[in-house]
Amino acid sequence: MRKEFEIEQLPQEDFERITIDSDKAERIEKPSLSFWQDAWLRLRKNKAAIVSVFVLVLIVLMALIGPHLNGHAGDAQNLRHANLPPKIPGIEQMGIFDGVGNLGGKKVDLYEMKKVDEYYWFGTDGLGRDLFTRLWLGTQVSLFIAFVAAAIDVVIGVAYGLISGYFGGRTDDIMQRIVEVLIGIPTLVVVILMIMIMKPGITAIIIAITITGWIGMSRIVRAQTLKYKSQEFVLASRTLGSKDGKIVTKHILPNMLGIIIINTMFTIPNAIFFEAFLSFIGIGLQPPAASLGTLINDGYKVMEHQSYVLLFPALVISILMIAFNLIGDGLRDALDPKMKD
Amino acid sequence: MVKYIGKRIVYMFITLVLIATASFFLMQTLPGSPIASYSKLNDTQKAIVEKKYGIDKPKPVQYAIYMKNLAKGDLGTSFAFKGKSVNDLLASRLKPSLILGAQAMVFGTLVGILLGMLAALKQNTFWDYGSTFFAILGISIPSFVFASLLQYWIASEWQLLPVGLWNDGWKSSVLPSLALAMGPLALSARFIRTEMIEVLSSDYITLARAKGANGFEIAFKHAFRNALIPLITVLGPLAAGLVTGSLVVEQIFAIPGIGEQFVSSIMVNDHATIMGTTLLFSVFLIVVIFIVDILYGVIDPRIRLSGGKG
Repeated sequence: MRKEFEIEQLPQEDFERITIDSDKAERIEKPSLSFWQDAWLRLRKNKAAIVSVFVLVLIVLMALIGPHLNGHAGDAQNLRHANLPPKIPGIEQMGIFDGVGNLGGKKVDLYEMKKVDEYYWFGTDGLGRDLFTRLWLGTQVSLFIAFVAAAIDVVIGVAYGLISGYFGGRTDDIMQRIVEVLIGIPTLVVVILMIMIMKPGITAIIIAITITGWIGMSRIVRAQTLKYKSQEFVLASRTLGSKDGKIVTKHILPNMLGIIIINTMFTIPNAIFFEAFLSFIGIGLQPPAASLGTLINDGYKVMEHQSYVLLFPALVISILMIAFNLIGDGLRDALDPKMKD
Repeated sequence: MVKYIGKRIVYMFITLVLIATASFFLMQTLPGSPIASYSKLNDTQKAIVEKKYGIDKPKPVQYAIYMKNLAKGDLGTSFAFKGKSVNDLLASRLKPSLILGAQAMVFGTLVGILLGMLAALKQNTFWDYGSTFFAILGISIPSFVFASLLQYWIASEWQLLPVGLWNDGWKSSVLPSLALAMGPLALSARFIRTEMIEVLSSDYITLARAKGANGFEIAFKHAFRNALIPLITVLGPLAAGLVTGSLVVEQIFAIPGIGEQFVSSIMVNDHATIMGTTLLFSVFLIVVIFIVDILYGVIDPRIRLSGGKG
């Protein structure tokens, strides 16, 4: 009873009479989120993916500005400066990256011995080329190949899948029979055969990677198209007089952007891998061009005595692959509506 | 089912004929010549050599002969190893590749399954994050990088195992198998984790728990079996990954296997051997994918093989 008494003691003017406003009954308090805002909210919670995005941006930036940072050109040979271990100003005091390397089993400061005043941050190779510059030049080439190959895969795959799925009937039949035969051919075999008949180089690698790369995308896009084309909003648009082209580009395609993006994120590391793989077994890029694959190949040959030549490109390619895979995983969780909780 | 298998076999056949045809004509457009290493010959001698290998005839005739021999299972004669048939060459190199592939597959999937189960049973703990991170590493780090590092640290620096070659019994096979196993390990760990988490939250597991089954029994007797079925679907990509991996891993460890043969044949333009190896790889992968599709339908009857979609 004490409580009621206290309530009566409360000042009347602090209270205000409210009435239920039936107009506002249906009002949504929280702002409504679009699909992309929602996806971004979920992606933001995925720490691994966010860190990977930063790492990736950093690597891309370094690939662009890295080759110009220390004044050594990537193809400038200086035999007097060959086989120097890494030496970085500042860190050299700490006992690492101080230019000390193995010479006949003894630890010797090779910079002092060869009277080199310059700093080679990641060392030099057997021809005296600066490995720091070459590493980022190589990363540039590898990323370029991966992005172009992925872009071509997306364009061909989406177009093929949309046409096959949307028009159906005889068109679909013929297009799918072609895919069924092509999908049986192992990617590796096609890539190697294609690369052998073309002049080795960036174009050859891109063509080799894309020649079967689009098939996975086309199958996914076709399945999605089949799902959407029979839905009411497409029927509504058609009833209102939309042409096929408009229905496909304005109504069907935007609905599957998420899945296309997820798939692309897994295509890119695949392309990076194949480029490095081809260059590693010696049928990819040819010297003096640098890519992560050729650098790893160079490093592998001298691994025994100068492990730093292998270490840096191996690290960059591994980090790059991990970052792309983590971003891909994060995007899949964020964009795939089936995972929505 | 019979109709489906028949249809698939026809497709496999068409694919193989296509691969054989494509690789034959692609070989003809190659810049190098298989008898380039015989450069000191004069024209008459060259003609004799060309006649011996049957490359003096017009291309369509060569193609017809090649396909006819292929139908009989004859892959032709190697140019690089004078007079040796490609069949013998590949047969002599099959064993190391098979041993490595089998070891990598068994070790990789077993450890992967254990890691995946551990991660699923201890979800969101240190074990889960640890094994998930390990799986990401395995998927991301290219096999040749991993193989080089293994060779550098374990064989070269610590001298625990042979650096390469195939002459030290089981010891020779440890490092290459490990390098090859990373892919299957990571893939199956990821896959089993996702499947186990899904299965563990299903009604029949709750029922088993309500009936008083203990954790071990639930994990292995009830959940594990159902989580294992979908693993069959990744067998195809796994096999493809093993073949790709074997090319570089055999190269790195100097293993006299099929992969190493393929790479060195490319280097010397040994057309017949390249075509033979290409076909061998293709047959292997196509058959694996075929078996996987059939197995999947047998194990999980809910999947209708005759359905045309997808």
